Amino acid sequence: MPSVSMTVNGQAVSADVDGRSLLSEFIREHLALTGTHVGCDTSQCGACVILVNGEAAKSCTMLALQADGCDITTIEGLAPGDDLHPMQEAFREHHGLQCGFCTPGMIMSAVDLVNRNANPTEAEIRKGLEGNICRCTGYHNIVKAVAAGAAGMRA
Amino acid sequence: MNDSVSGIGARVLRREDFRFVKGRGKYVDDIVLPRQAYAAIVRSPHAHATINGIDSGEAEQMPGVVQVLTAKDFEAFGGLPCGWLVNNQDGSPMVEPKHPILAEGKVRHVGDPVAVVIANSRNEARDAAEAVMVDYGDLPAVVDMRSAIDNPTALVHDDATDNLCFDWVLGDKAEVDAAFANAAHVTTLEFTNNRLSPNAMEPRCAIGDYDQSNDHHTLYTTSQNPHVIRLLMGAFVLSIPEHKLRVYSPDVGGGFGSKIYHYAEEAIVTVASKLLGRPVKWTSERTEAFISDAHGRDHVTTAQLAMDENGKFLALKAETLANMGAYLSTFAPCVPTYLHATLLAGQYKTPLIYCNVRAVFTNTVPVDAYRGAGRPEATYLLERIIDKAAREIGIDQAEIRRRNFIQPDEFPYQTPVALVYDTGNYEATLSAALNASGYEGFAERKADAKARGKLRGIGLSCYIEACGIAPSQVVGSLGARAGLYEAGTIRVNPTGSISVLTGSHSHGQGHETTFAQVVAEQLGQPIENIDIVHGDTARIPFGMGTYGSRSIAVGGTAIVKAVDKIIAKGKKIAAHLMEASADDVVFENGTFKVTGTDKEVDFGTVALTAYVPHNFPFEELEPGLEETAFYDPANFTYPAGSYVCEVEVDPETGIVEICSMHASDDFGNVINPMIVEGQVHGGLVQGIGQALLEQAIYDENGQLLTASYNDYAMPRADDVPSFTVDHQVTACTHNPLGVKGCGEAGAIGSPPAVINAVVDALSEYGVDHIEMPATPRKIWRAIQAAKQ
Repeated sequence: MPSVSMTVNGQAVSADVDGRSLLSEFIREHLALTGTHVGCDTSQCGACVILVNGEAAKSCTMLALQADGCDITTIEGLAPGDDLHPMQEAFREHHGLQCGFCTPGMIMSAVDLVNRNANPTEAEIRKGLEGNICRCTGYHNIVKAVAAGAAGMRA
Repeated sequence: MNDSVSGIGARVLRREDFRFVKGRGKYVDDIVLPRQAYAAIVRSPHAHATINGIDSGEAEQMPGVVQVLTAKDFEAFGGLPCGWLVNNQDGSPMVEPKHPILAEGKVRHVGDPVAVVIANSRNEARDAAEAVMVDYGDLPAVVDMRSAIDNPTALVHDDATDNLCFDWVLGDKAEVDAAFANAAHVTTLEFTNNRLSPNAMEPRCAIGDYDQSNDHHTLYTTSQNPHVIRLLMGAFVLSIPEHKLRVYSPDVGGGFGSKIYHYAEEAIVTVASKLLGRPVKWTSERTEAFISDAHGRDHVTTAQLAMDENGKFLALKAETLANMGAYLSTFAPCVPTYLHATLLAGQYKTPLIYCNVRAVFTNTVPVDAYRGAGRPEATYLLERIIDKAAREIGIDQAEIRRRNFIQPDEFPYQTPVALVYDTGNYEATLSAALNASGYEGFAERKADAKARGKLRGIGLSCYIEACGIAPSQVVGSLGARAGLYEAGTIRVNPTGSISVLTGSHSHGQGHETTFAQVVAEQLGQPIENIDIVHGDTARIPFGMGTYGSRSIAVGGTAIVKAVDKIIAKGKKIAAHLMEASADDVVFENGTFKVTGTDKEVDFGTVALTAYVPHNFPFEELEPGLEETAFYDPANFTYPAGSYVCEVEVDPETGIVEICSMHASDDFGNVINPMIVEGQVHGGLVQGIGQALLEQAIYDENGQLLTASYNDYAMPRADDVPSFTVDHQVTACTHNPLGVKGCGEAGAIGSPPAVINAVVDALSEYGVDHIEMPATPRKIWRAIQAAKQ
């Protein structure tokens, strides 16, 4: 089996992996970072979004081998210990989640969205989250949370 | 409501959210057990075929494969049971064919499980599943409901001649026909209620874990009701008694009904784990979910409304075909009958109602309850036909409803369809919704839209639902094979911390917060000292689970009843400590006091005394402070409300934009408004999804054309607007919290509001109905047809 090395949440990791292993499988099953979720098999739902070299990526669209040498951030690495990143705090504060399953991917996409657009409008937030499906919230409070999270990230 | 920061009525931030935003939730697929093997299911690619043979030889030789199981490995076990018996109009029982764990001799829908491959890794199991050779003999597929019963090309089940599961009625047809004969106006509406795929974001998952040392099974499963699964799978399928089977559903990523039912995969991993002597995990893929999770809705209906010359409703008649799919799922028969026809009075004083439901077997995935379950179908029927009637006789949409509303002084109100509404104020929610949505100023906005080349429409919907399911005696008499009470335990620990064990299950509803608010207020304790425990048959005495918006009304009441017992016992302990009579002790804000004196003892002291009983009234009490209550409701609860939707249609493209949507709901008393509003928002978007986007589509061969998110249109953030919501309150009269439940309302009230708005926008073209989902293509075609 080929080997792969990358940095995940600030820690160097390397492992031998099945060549066809998806990055999402590697994160969940090899690294036991189960905050990254898998909600579909067509790269539509966005539950598996992580940051690869600082940019949002659906980890089910990448082979683990393609992440060789990359710097990966998962939901677990967004803020140290029990701290909350401003976007995590905003989701909690604005009831931007219900069952929590889409939440990690939604937060990672939102962080990426704000990294690219520090002060997004409601329409820009809705457009920017098009790749993440939530079945619980109706998006209403997610949109509010992302706007608040953006303000928090600017502060 | 009060000003407390954590009690009833407060917008307490959810206590479960820290773990979820940190990625620390514990969902079933996150659980990894030592020596865990993986199951992959071989599923039928055919809608209807005989199984002539299964060759698993090659699969068994593949790397990592442990075992391949087929139907013969499950011969000793029963089929998956149906939990509700519905009778035909002649009194005979419905046809109830066996629903085997793995298909026996014949497959009946695409996705029907045929074999199971168990391997050391997920990928090895998947690879080998591809190599299992099944020899199928193609049979004609039964897909369309009407031809299934009128002109069957094949039978889904040999014992269901004409593919009919049951032919059921409610109401007196002769009386209703007589009322129609004397009516000034009759409105007729034929429509389909589209088939939907529930699509909780977490795919189903199950792990079987057999412990040989004490012959004990554990099933980890994504369920809304683990005790129900223990009962159904243990008692009816695998013959495992309750004390030898633990069912555990930790964090569950959404349900919407689809995770109520007992599914074959739960039995498969349970059996396989014992057979192999190691844990076996199965995790659904999304496409697998589309072809194995129970679908929702799928009615074809003709409805007629008879009115007098003033638009007063005289009688309502409905004939419905309801799709059961290929097998009867757990609650399937009750959805189009007792959860549908009994709601056809709505908010109105229609004196006579008749409903006939014929349930049809087809070669499609089983259909069962999906958020709202029967009540959205009833609401859609009623609110669409009223809209059409108002247009036909030239009465304003709000006015025709007002003329027929049950009035606030007429409760309790006996409807002609069995239910007794305890309380309500329908004018209050309608007025609130009309005011908030600027109903009076609509003409101006329509003119403005017209100037921009857009068609603007406004639609109303006034819904009612029956929640808090359910009085066991009532549902038992209607065919339910279970009681629908709930259990709650309050365990006050020695240091005064409190564990609340509830049979309700949270899969997004926020019970860890809401239920804790109730207990915090009633016991006067800080919310931090209270833990809500749910989802585990090993830790919770019993439960019937979460569905039908029942958790706060039934589960919450069970908790309140247990709290009452704690207070009663606490008073006796406190009386002993204060050398007073228990009759003179009152409990206020967490302190036991002797009335008329300054004597008092706090809750913590009473708790400690109960467990360190050096000074204790042993002659009348046992030590310890733990109480359980089972609560069976006296009636359903009847949440109701009015929704107003405003849309703009682009006549060039048929694209609908929802400009605004207001929901005015009466859920009785509200424990946590933030959580309740979130439930409404989510329901609204599921309803908008049904109205504009979603449909599970089968082709004539029974192939599901919408089996991925590329093909099934889930609502996304940029498909919907933000909403405005308000709450009007008439407290439920028969539970101590005065609560009604809020989980399904949004999905029940919104589809007719959206479609009524679309029809209103298209009314200048003479369009009087458009089928869900109202896609741009359908709307564009309707406009083109009208132009010709």
